[in-house]
Amino acid sequence: MANPALLAAAGEVGGDFFKERSSGTLPCQANETHLFCFDWAKENIDRYGTPTMQHLELVLFSVAIGFVIAFALALIAHRTRWLQPPLLAATGILYTIPSIAFFFLLLPVTGFGRDTAIIVLSAYTLQIIYRNTMLGFDNVPDSVKDAARGMGLTNRQILWKVELPLATPEIIAGLRVATASTIAITTLVVLISAGGLGTEMYGSNFNFPTAILIAVAIIALMVLAFDLLLLGTQRLLTPWRKARPR
Amino acid sequence: MSASLVLASFSGAVEFIFAPQESNVTGGKEVGGFDKTMELLIGHIEVTVLALAIALLIGLPLGLYLGHKGRGELLAVGIGNAGRAVPELAVIALVATLIGIGMRNVAPALALLGIAPILVNAYVGVRQVDPAAVDAARGMGMSELGIISRVELPLAIPTVMGGIRGAAIVIVATATIAPLAGVETLGDFILNRNVYGENGLLAGDYEGTYLGSDGLP
Repeated sequence: MANPALLAAAGEVGGDFFKERSSGTLPCQANETHLFCFDWAKENIDRYGTPTMQHLELVLFSVAIGFVIAFALALIAHRTRWLQPPLLAATGILYTIPSIAFFFLLLPVTGFGRDTAIIVLSAYTLQIIYRNTMLGFDNVPDSVKDAARGMGLTNRQILWKVELPLATPEIIAGLRVATASTIAITTLVVLISAGGLGTEMYGSNFNFPTAILIAVAIIALMVLAFDLLLLGTQRLLTPWRKARPR
Repeated sequence: MSASLVLASFSGAVEFIFAPQESNVTGGKEVGGFDKTMELLIGHIEVTVLALAIALLIGLPLGLYLGHKGRGELLAVGIGNAGRAVPELAVIALVATLIGIGMRNVAPALALLGIAPILVNAYVGVRQVDPAAVDAARGMGMSELGIISRVELPLAIPTVMGGIRGAAIVIVATATIAPLAGVETLGDFILNRNVYGENGLLAGDYEGTYLGSDGLP
């Protein structure tokens, strides 16, 4: 890794990283090819606090914004059928822009930092959440809607009391996929100075596996935690599905 | 890397692609230009094609086989979900750190990212094929391999192509950060901002986006 330009670029992000690593008297410093250095991990675990919080914050904001927009679009498309193909195409186009290029495309408009990151990340969730919400609505059997209408429910009541509860599993499935991929893509926002756990990978200048592995472990835990949380939410929201064996 | 950075204009970035220019950070040295752009573009395409080929070689047969046998649904779904949750930066970082840099190490790593969409789409595509068509082919005396290659694969082509396209997008996008692991791609313009300046950043980005969004039909 003797690329001076790269060293300098990495130094801009994690300049203090190298100083801290070289100033201690930790036993595994002499040999950087250690797969995992437990002493360094023990001493430096607190440096992951801020990036983890930034990462969480970015993910939560982006998925929340993406969900609100995608859900609103799905409700509109549900009522006006002819809007469905153009909306699916529009969210699909956003999804095909490569993630790294998307961040830099917005730089001249919104500049470095969190705003750009949140715009891009939430744009990426649109397609997944929108498609799954529409799928959920489409999967509601017509007979159920007819029965509801026969009982005297208005269109609005049918939407909120019949269709939405029955579509919940698909909507949550979409949210699970969207959250997992957002957590992964958020590692890249370090390239536009928006923080997150990518800081620790990028800052390590790729010759110190321990730092990267800790960040990867935190990301894996985060994906797992969000997945279980959303699965639990689904169980709470749709208790009638518990009785049915899978 | 401050927020008050003066950003390049669109025209500046386009000029950067075709003619070398002095950047505001190189102190008079000319950077960019058509030759450099072409060199990086070829590097980008090279690593992408290599990675996509590896991903195809592994993902497609496996997906077709699992779909044909109707087995391993949990495996296919699991790979699909896990594939979405893999951070690209972590893959590049870990490969550069643990295995090594250069095309030989980076292309398989990028292929790893492409396998999931290819495998899952091949699996789903084959499962969606009308069982009656498969039965008819078997009744006509076709071998299992013949059924896969001459009945199931042609019928599943739209879905399979969707997977290949998804894999290509992921690989082209991630090849942008391949310079971090010693493979020169268009991402060089973006990542080495202190060599190429702001015009280079945008130039590399426009090219990368173009490759990604129009690269495959």
